[in-house]
Amino acid sequence: MNRHVPPHVAAAEARSSGEGGLGCTDVVPIKERGQHEVFCGLTSIIWLHRKVQDAFFLIVGSRTCAHLMQSAAGVMIFAEPRFGTAIIDDRDLSGMADMYEELDKVVDRLIARRPDIRMLVLVGSCPSEVIKLDLGRAAQKLNARMAPDVRVLSYSGSGIETTFTQGEDNFLHALVEATPKAAPDAPRQLLVAGCLADVVEDQFARIFEALGIGNVHFLPARAAGDLPPVGTNTIVLMVQPYLTETAKLLTRRGADVLIAPFPLGEEGTTAWLKAAADAFGVPADRFDAITMAGRERAAKAVSLYRERLDGKRVFFFPDSQMEPSLARFLSREAGAEIIEVGTPYLNKAHMAPDLALLPGSVRLAEGQHVDKQIDRCRADDPDLIICGMGLGNPFEAEGRTTKWSIEFAFTPIQGYEQAGDLAELFARPIGRRDLLQVEV
Amino acid sequence: MQLTVWTYEGPPHVGAMRVATGMKGLHYVLHAPQGDTYADLLFTMIERRKQRPPVTYTTFQARDLGADTAEIFKTACKEAVDRFDPQAIIVGASCTAELIQDDPGGLAKTLDLSVPVIPLELPSYQKKENWGAAETFFQLVRGLAGGRTPEPKPEGAPKSCNILGPTALGFRHRDDVTEITRLLGALGVAVNVVAPMGATPHDLTRLPNADFNVVLYPEIAGTAAQWLKRTYRQPVVETVPMGVNATREFVREVAAIAGTDPEPVIAEADERFSWYSRSIDSNYLTGKRVFIFGDATHAIAAARVAQHELGFKVCGLGTYSREFARDVRAAAKDYGVEALITDDHLEVEDAIVAAQPELVLGTQMERHIAKRLRIGCAVISAPVHVQDFPARYSPFMGFEGANVMFDSFVHPLVMGLEEHLLGMFREDFEFNDGAQASHLAALHAGANHETIATPEARTAPDDKTQDVVANEGMAASFGSLSWTSDAEQELRKIPFFVRGKARRNTELFATEKGVNPITIETLYDAKAHFGR
Repeated sequence: MNRHVPPHVAAAEARSSGEGGLGCTDVVPIKERGQHEVFCGLTSIIWLHRKVQDAFFLIVGSRTCAHLMQSAAGVMIFAEPRFGTAIIDDRDLSGMADMYEELDKVVDRLIARRPDIRMLVLVGSCPSEVIKLDLGRAAQKLNARMAPDVRVLSYSGSGIETTFTQGEDNFLHALVEATPKAAPDAPRQLLVAGCLADVVEDQFARIFEALGIGNVHFLPARAAGDLPPVGTNTIVLMVQPYLTETAKLLTRRGADVLIAPFPLGEEGTTAWLKAAADAFGVPADRFDAITMAGRERAAKAVSLYRERLDGKRVFFFPDSQMEPSLARFLSREAGAEIIEVGTPYLNKAHMAPDLALLPGSVRLAEGQHVDKQIDRCRADDPDLIICGMGLGNPFEAEGRTTKWSIEFAFTPIQGYEQAGDLAELFARPIGRRDLLQVEV
Repeated sequence: MQLTVWTYEGPPHVGAMRVATGMKGLHYVLHAPQGDTYADLLFTMIERRKQRPPVTYTTFQARDLGADTAEIFKTACKEAVDRFDPQAIIVGASCTAELIQDDPGGLAKTLDLSVPVIPLELPSYQKKENWGAAETFFQLVRGLAGGRTPEPKPEGAPKSCNILGPTALGFRHRDDVTEITRLLGALGVAVNVVAPMGATPHDLTRLPNADFNVVLYPEIAGTAAQWLKRTYRQPVVETVPMGVNATREFVREVAAIAGTDPEPVIAEADERFSWYSRSIDSNYLTGKRVFIFGDATHAIAAARVAQHELGFKVCGLGTYSREFARDVRAAAKDYGVEALITDDHLEVEDAIVAAQPELVLGTQMERHIAKRLRIGCAVISAPVHVQDFPARYSPFMGFEGANVMFDSFVHPLVMGLEEHLLGMFREDFEFNDGAQASHLAALHAGANHETIATPEARTAPDDKTQDVVANEGMAASFGSLSWTSDAEQELRKIPFFVRGKARRNTELFATEKGVNPITIETLYDAKAHFGR
């Protein structure tokens, strides 16, 4: 994989690292195993099913999977969602029923109920993986019967293989696998990989157009079928940091995967856009002219919250793999002091530019042993803890201040226009703490 | 294999968690993969608990399979006992761990732990949450209270009982326990142990000391209470004190066992339900059609309150508790309806549409269905939601519980005089189906809006929209029928909150009589045929 480091990022790296080091790059992460207080990959369906508007995600799993989805998705469903669970029961397990036939029946019922579905995604779970149910084969058979009206894909979102956002990675991997290979002489195109809120996607699309990068596609597309052929003509700009498997496949396809800071905050967004601009030969003055207004707005918006965040000591529990980028933003643009950055999985190659911008004093932690991490956190006594919903209230009851990490996955935070919103997400619990005249 | 979009009950190990989290000094070591920890947030977010549930998950991964998952379990078990210092532990498997057959119970025994280990076998692919809670509580009671000799009581000591059934994440369990404890106190009965909620494993060893048991939630404590009855000859108070009459029966049943006089307690009860229901302003409640769905105990009790204590008409009754289907069928028979036994919320929705109720009493799912159909609704049963843990005291049991039920069941309805005024001045330009209710002016009228509810959105006061009472959403399914324009005009003069019913009845009538198109005459013929 090529590493394109835009010149101003290299400069920033040099600035942040002081004595010629590379920030946090050489920090050896604490690697832990034990209880993981994180969601499994199925949970990413919560945003994927909203993003891809003609797809249905059918989890093949247990009652636990179904219960997880409704609990994590905000407990109640307002209308019929585009995901569901085919619950394996003891008849399936005892061999009294043929599971593939049972799955066929479920799919037929589903398609009859939802004729608007153009893509059916079979999603593997812990139980389906353990009993080695071959969903790839099931998808193939269904495709033979249902394509082209309905395309059928499969991937695994099981907790024994994936955490939270890795489910999206596996889904995008499956989407790329299903796309044709581009001809060698196909025109160059930019593929922005990773789920974004529609509003952010539109903002980025306008910026790329203004920069003169015309041929831009987003992965996943809003309609399941709208993905161009991918090959050596493709420059990939990852918008999310958790796309390890997708990036590997795109690289194997001959695509050029850019490595840049992720587009959180003014600095991250600029460096991220610059990576694409350089790859497409956009002149520096044009880049500056196009991005200047956004940069100024982002800096101004963040500055409104800087006072609340400046000097605050922040501890990140692992959740979405976005933690190093979030920490970089908080450290460099809001003046916070980062104590620990936990992440379920650390892709050092993809994260290199963000890690380089983090101070060398930051503690990195990969994986989790939640009890030990809680002990470290209590000992550090940070001003703000970024953690999951299972930990938030118990920490608050100890008199600490927390922010739910899941909101960073569910809220539009990328790009210039959202930089202020991102800062506000961190600042809100601190401001609320100052505001309230009640003690627990 | 069953297609499921939403479930009333979680897997059985979540039931076990509800028992463990309700108790003190007990720890649950759960053999489970990454992701199963989601269940923690049910307790920390929905119930707003201040402590993490006392559960250690082993978090095995694909690469551990076949290699050392058993070792991972043993390590987690040892660490949990060291760190949390429980009086006892329960051990078990979630659905995935059940498949790899590591036998947590057997593994824990080999560790020679300093505390009692109670192994759980909860078949995830057959059973569900309430069964899991019942089985867990039964195993705990049998394991900890078995083989004891009840302590002799001093002469003249008051009779005592155990209150069985309340758990974490239960519908109003917190306040029900307070209310019933108070009621028992008024009867001169001492409470020996409340379990699972608030009890330690040590407390469970004291269960045999009580004279009898009160079972508030048979779905959870029925099995354990029957075992205690067989083993220690402790009588079980079977009446669930929900509603005025059931509470009176409960008081008399307890008093009979305890040898005290129930009547002063009944006479002095701070109970407003009966008078409010007799009060003339409640006349308009007569015959209101109500559809009821929930766990068996709450559904049966709500039906009795609705029909016999408020004068509603039960037009549908059902439960997702298959284990108690027989009881619900028997109750439904009394109301002349067929019981709906299902865990498919889409089937429940169809049944609600068909029954044309004016009020729905159900779970949070029925609340959403009712909102879509624009029918008033009150929540009477788990599965629960953050709103089912009100800050105020709000029991469903005992006399105060009856008061709470009066308010909850009546407030979603259009008030009596208001209903008449609507009928008389139906063309009022400010209050008709085209105009939004004034208190909703700021809200957009998106009854069907679909959203990814972030946890924050859960607390949104969307209950307000249930005051919107039109039920045009239930209109016409008789596609081949047509209405003359005069008849359509006349139909529109009927108040919007009963218009769906009028349309439906008229079309039913027309279909039966073979009338098409429907005229003004047909409309009034149908009205005469069906009555109000």
